[in-house]
Amino acid sequence: MLTVENLTVEFPGRFGVFTAIEDVSLTIAPGEIHGLVGESGAGKSTIGAAIIGLLQVPGRVANGTMTLGETDLRSLGPVEAHRLRGERISMIFQDPQTSLNPLMTIEDQLIETIQAHEDISTSDARARAIALLEEIGITDATSRIKAYPHQFSGGMRQRVVIALALCTNPELIIADEPTTALDVAVQSQVLDLIQRLANTRGIGFLLITHDIGVIAQITDNVTVLRNGKVMETGPTDKVLRRPEHPYTSALMAAVPPLDRKLDRFLVPDDDTPDLAAPTGRSAADAEAWLSSGTQALGEGLLVENVTVRFSGNRTSLFRKPPAFTALDDVSMSVRPGTVMGLVGESGSGKSTMAKVITGLVQPSAGRLCLGGTDLPLARERGRKDPSRRLIQMVFQDPYSSLNSRHRIGDILAEPLWLYGLEADADKRRDIAAAMLDLVGLSADAIDRFPHQFSGGQRQRIAVARSLLARPRVLICDEPTSALDVSIQAQILNLLKDLQARFGLTILFISHNLAVVRQMCDDVTVLKGGKVVETGASEAFFTQPDAPYSRELLQLTPGFTSGAAA
Amino acid sequence: MFARLVRSEPAYLFFRSPAAMLAAVVAILVIGGAICAPWLARTDPYDLSTFSLMDGLLPPVWQGGDPRFLLGTDDQGRDMVSAILYGARLSLMIGLMAMVIATVLGVGLGLAAGYFGGVFDAIVMRVADVQLALPAILTALLIDGVSRGLLPPEMQQDLRVAVLTLAIALSLWVNFARTARASVFVERNKDYVQAAMIMGQHPLRVMVRHILPNIMGPLLVIMTVDLASAILLEATLSFLGIGLPADSPSLGTLIRIGMQFLLSGEWWILWVPTLFLVALVVSINVLGDFLRDVFNPRLR
Repeated sequence: MLTVENLTVEFPGRFGVFTAIEDVSLTIAPGEIHGLVGESGAGKSTIGAAIIGLLQVPGRVANGTMTLGETDLRSLGPVEAHRLRGERISMIFQDPQTSLNPLMTIEDQLIETIQAHEDISTSDARARAIALLEEIGITDATSRIKAYPHQFSGGMRQRVVIALALCTNPELIIADEPTTALDVAVQSQVLDLIQRLANTRGIGFLLITHDIGVIAQITDNVTVLRNGKVMETGPTDKVLRRPEHPYTSALMAAVPPLDRKLDRFLVPDDDTPDLAAPTGRSAADAEAWLSSGTQALGEGLLVENVTVRFSGNRTSLFRKPPAFTALDDVSMSVRPGTVMGLVGESGSGKSTMAKVITGLVQPSAGRLCLGGTDLPLARERGRKDPSRRLIQMVFQDPYSSLNSRHRIGDILAEPLWLYGLEADADKRRDIAAAMLDLVGLSADAIDRFPHQFSGGQRQRIAVARSLLARPRVLICDEPTSALDVSIQAQILNLLKDLQARFGLTILFISHNLAVVRQMCDDVTVLKGGKVVETGASEAFFTQPDAPYSRELLQLTPGFTSGAAA
Repeated sequence: MFARLVRSEPAYLFFRSPAAMLAAVVAILVIGGAICAPWLARTDPYDLSTFSLMDGLLPPVWQGGDPRFLLGTDDQGRDMVSAILYGARLSLMIGLMAMVIATVLGVGLGLAAGYFGGVFDAIVMRVADVQLALPAILTALLIDGVSRGLLPPEMQQDLRVAVLTLAIALSLWVNFARTARASVFVERNKDYVQAAMIMGQHPLRVMVRHILPNIMGPLLVIMTVDLASAILLEATLSFLGIGLPADSPSLGTLIRIGMQFLLSGEWWILWVPTLFLVALVVSINVLGDFLRDVFNPRLR
């Protein structure tokens, strides 16, 4: 149905022409779900945009043919292309929060779309819209259709987006990361829906994603992209299990398996050239420095009966708004020198827990205990409290966790200066350089700015910064979820190495169960601010106690490669 | 350093924007002329002894005037070129000073309000609201009146510039405070600020060293646009007679003086300083607009 041959897309820019897509060919049959997988910057979304004719300016299709049925997509004028979009090709975007107009009811948006493509009366259009909503699994569609987007949950909203895409009976739907913003339970429902639509309506799907698990679960064929070039293409099962291209097999090896724990990941070759040769400061110096001043933690981190309430939105001038309970009587204990995984869906209170421990959020009840002594809660914790140094945090988004206006050297020297660990500025610089070597970056990074580094490199810098405080406890809040899988594997390896070498106590927060399995000794599951289950990691993954844990494990799209064993 | 500046993104956009380049040329000419006034002007317009009534009301050169006075003279025989250059110097100085004071005051309060939030934020913002409700002219009149009442007469003359600057600064700080506060709200939830807070850094250090450099973009835009407002405000106040007296004329004072000659045929006395002021303000505003585009990638 859709045939793309030798597609080349270029972006002319200030520093010459950048070829985003080079010589890409793929075909999609009716009813086929074709996965397009690759790391960020591989050109996945660009291919989708080129097919639907919505390339960002100044991008242009430089070469190749794209045909949908009998229609040559490249020869269409703007008017014909506009008609074709929606009528024959539809698109589903990543974020259901922003792809619906918040000021229009679902009904208006659906009817508007239907009437834009067909001369049909409003009441007929409404009937069609309701039928559509029922088809995609929205119960009580006749009354729900009057609702505004904010009255739907994220998963429901993504269903409405899919209904919008279906309005005009398209032959092809391009789904750009349709489930990335969703929790696993909702993700699996949306994926089921896509599968069903492909089967019953014979719609071809181009499913763009970075998640190998999703690819493994529903696609028929898959194309692996890297730097705008096709690495490998073929039936999903074959490509994922018996990859022919070395890049594909390296990529598969980097995917954390859900069903067993690996000691280390095999990391795909990094094609970014090494930064210049390291200077005299080596990882050994940093290691010596780290171990010279650290004292072992007698006992771990104890969280006892912590409850956090946030005041809700004020709806009346005179009444106090009802409080929202983010954490409800949560207790857990992180043993010294081990990694505790904290898992749960979005809104389960994982990050609030991190904020309570780091002293950013004041719990309304509960007690914290670090190394056998009481840890003051947020308001009582002074700026000079020793725990400020002992507890360090690694954030999710490496793009915002480093101050973009400071040089790496200044960022790294800050904890040394702040905690009075090293009085001499030159020595601070030396230690920072050595620490960069320890986390696998060249020491000449020290004079650069954060924007000169990739996400993975920045995360290494963030880890280096937290280590320079000589911490005993590291809070990692989704440290790899903003990263590509191969980079994720590198960062996880780094964290594992550091943890083993320095006996760090780590609270590892993640929604990704497979990653948690690789990293953690113990696991605590949160749901709606309550602890569902807590215990040893291996026991949790093999025999979860709580029904909720079993459900979580079941719904996580699993993929096990044969190559990593 | 210079090479890096030329290759940078703003420079690249600048050299592709004819309007910005033209505005920059005009602004550099006007500001350069004002700075170099003592060397460019052939007479000192503040020194009454250097000009003679005999040269009064001469038209510009191309209308058959005296070649000594390129743009003619006013009724006192004051050289218009000198008067404008010195006037612009005074206007620019007051504008810049007022802008700097407004920036320091507004950004300081806005940063603190955004960072601490709560009661302090509420107080600062309500004060800002009240300030906005008072037109700049009213503020200036108030300060002017108070200073007249409080200061001995012999000091008043010397302090006119200071009073004017303060009045203008007070009517401009709200912009800075609001923008700074809004930007701080965005920045303070970013991880690098949270990281600094977790580490237990001093609030002042977090605000100045971490947040401030990251919100400079929008503030720079306001600084440029408000420089133009400050110059205009000074001109307005001087035009209305609240500002500078006729013996040390700023652009606004010159325009006020020129008004008297509008109907008697000596148009240059009004028009020359007016056009000069318009050129200065428009060029600064165009540059401010250009900066806004540079710092707002969404508009590109």
